[in-house]
Amino acid sequence: MSATAPAPSTTTMTYREAVRLALREELLRDEDVFLMGEEIGVFEGSYKVTAGLFREFGPIRVRETPISEEGFVGAGIGAAMMGLRPVVEIMTLNFILVAMDQVVNHAAKIRYMFGGEVGCPLVIRTPNGGGSQLTAQHSQSFEVFFAHTPGMKVVAPSTPADAHGLMKAAIRDDDPILVVENLQSYKVRGEVPDDPDRVVEIGRAAVTREGSDITLVAHSFAATRALRVAERLKRDHGVDAEVVDLRSLRPLDTETVAKSIQKTNRALCVDEGWATYGVSAEIASRIQRACFDDLDAPIERVGLAEVPMPYAKQLERAAIVNDDKIMAAALSVLDLGPDVFSY
Amino acid sequence: MKLTNEELLEMQRRMLRIRLFDERASKMVKRGQIPGTVHTSVGQEAQVVGACMAVRADDYMTGNHRSHGHPIGKGSALGPLMAELLGKATGICQGKGGSLHLADFAVGSLGESGIVGSSIPIAAGAALSSKLLAQDRVALAFFGDGAANQGGLYEAMNLAGIWRLPVVFLCENNQYALSTPAATVTSGRIADRAHGFDIPGVRVDDGQDVLAVHDAVREAADRARRGEGPSLVEVMTYRFHEHSEGLRLSTDYRDAAERDAWLARDPITLFRERLLADGVAAAEALDALEAEVADEVEAAARFALESPLPEPEVAFADLYTDPSAAEVAA
Repeated sequence: MSATAPAPSTTTMTYREAVRLALREELLRDEDVFLMGEEIGVFEGSYKVTAGLFREFGPIRVRETPISEEGFVGAGIGAAMMGLRPVVEIMTLNFILVAMDQVVNHAAKIRYMFGGEVGCPLVIRTPNGGGSQLTAQHSQSFEVFFAHTPGMKVVAPSTPADAHGLMKAAIRDDDPILVVENLQSYKVRGEVPDDPDRVVEIGRAAVTREGSDITLVAHSFAATRALRVAERLKRDHGVDAEVVDLRSLRPLDTETVAKSIQKTNRALCVDEGWATYGVSAEIASRIQRACFDDLDAPIERVGLAEVPMPYAKQLERAAIVNDDKIMAAALSVLDLGPDVFSY
Repeated sequence: MKLTNEELLEMQRRMLRIRLFDERASKMVKRGQIPGTVHTSVGQEAQVVGACMAVRADDYMTGNHRSHGHPIGKGSALGPLMAELLGKATGICQGKGGSLHLADFAVGSLGESGIVGSSIPIAAGAALSSKLLAQDRVALAFFGDGAANQGGLYEAMNLAGIWRLPVVFLCENNQYALSTPAATVTSGRIADRAHGFDIPGVRVDDGQDVLAVHDAVREAADRARRGEGPSLVEVMTYRFHEHSEGLRLSTDYRDAAERDAWLARDPITLFRERLLADGVAAAEALDALEAEVADEVEAAARFALESPLPEPEVAFADLYTDPSAAEVAA
């Protein structure tokens, strides 16, 4: 009772390795789990997340597909309805649009629409994100489309430990889940607990940095940027920013966000996607309701400029969310800088 | 394929069930007892029952907006199905799916869908599960001539082809979309499209003959069950009613002579004559069967009408496995 538990051992690894480890552990744990997607076998995935898994588990459990997102997402749904645990990789989030009907009209609705008898324990995993001059159709972060949809769950981890724990939780969950990874996050390094039974609960945000002056609310790679900006705010302005990493967009942990803002009285929401009708719009709505009397400044938002992502580096830089833009926005919310919000 | 007399009579029973159920539902739409509309399989009974009885009770099936015939053909109880159309608590989906989106998992019905063609990849997935779990179940994917021009069909056919999945793609070609003739929007024969995937594609020209449909689907299902992969069966048939009940449309889009020729070939009448001619049953026995099914449908309608409406809380149930996940911004 009084003995202090030894600190759990951890291993340092990249986000990419953490996702891979989670997939491998779940493939080993449950023979109903199988992977499906384009180029995930011999080529080991376009972002090498599935490296080594084809060799270890073979072509039945690491199933290569043609470029047929509607077809193989639909096949994943059918297999999931029959009790299997498919983990479908969409090469990047951008390509999921051709399977949108399968996700929104089928996966999300099956349990509800058919009276609760049969569910759809499907995982779709895919990276979002821009910043590599991959341009308009290859740089998007529209995970909110799915978070908007009742029946779907959406998680978007930013750290290796969460990527590992949330992926495992997603595979064990009985509902359809979109796991949003991130192209920039893949190379982020961090500590991952060695316990193969550890999962991160879906629907819980994390306070990743404590502070008292302003709350930065973000998910996915924007949560990593928020932490960097928080350090700059401390160094350059003596400001203590708190960072809330949402981790899960649906279900959404309003309580953790609200508790933070009740303490800091100021909120800046950061999302790599478009702000209009976006994740930050939902967060702002919930904050104003939960924290109406606590706010010392309007809730503000930073998102991708309201244009498709342009190609040329300087144009991309003008449109994309970056640390400088988050910094300027935070200073504005703190009344330490000019108003940068024009919408 | 030799069928027993019991099986032959069961075919007639299920065709009658579809006919009388759908005609009863049609009346209930007109009386305002069923909200919205329904899409009947009247005239297409042979195509539905021939296919459904060519697979096993535990085989899978997906369907479309013309939705009640499929589960009835597969053996569904009529009461909960009718109650679903009326949006009652006793409905097969608790009144949450309605006519367009119903499933009866007890008979392998994995879901009818109002998005044309969209359930076909799901049938391929069910077939994949059968293969991965070393079962010998087959998935029967029903779709119309309209869905034959949706891309998802060909993605599913390709997947089923490369993975040798036990799927029977069953095109119910009733020759019209809502009013658009299939011939004007379809390049080539639908059955022939299978050849591009190197899988068998056959057309049953007389889809009003339940045995012709049965034999073609049985061959495809047996092949699938043996591990030899998918097939496409296109069945030529005709819907006797409008696209959906209560639709105010001139019927000009269908040529009168064509229409009369098909209406003269009522699949239930044709099969009754066949059963009589082959000595499978006497006229009295077939009359009794018709009366029995009429009573069954009437009982289903009464059950549906007398059933309670769902409690409003049901609207918020069963979104997620764990109800606490269903947070909604108030």
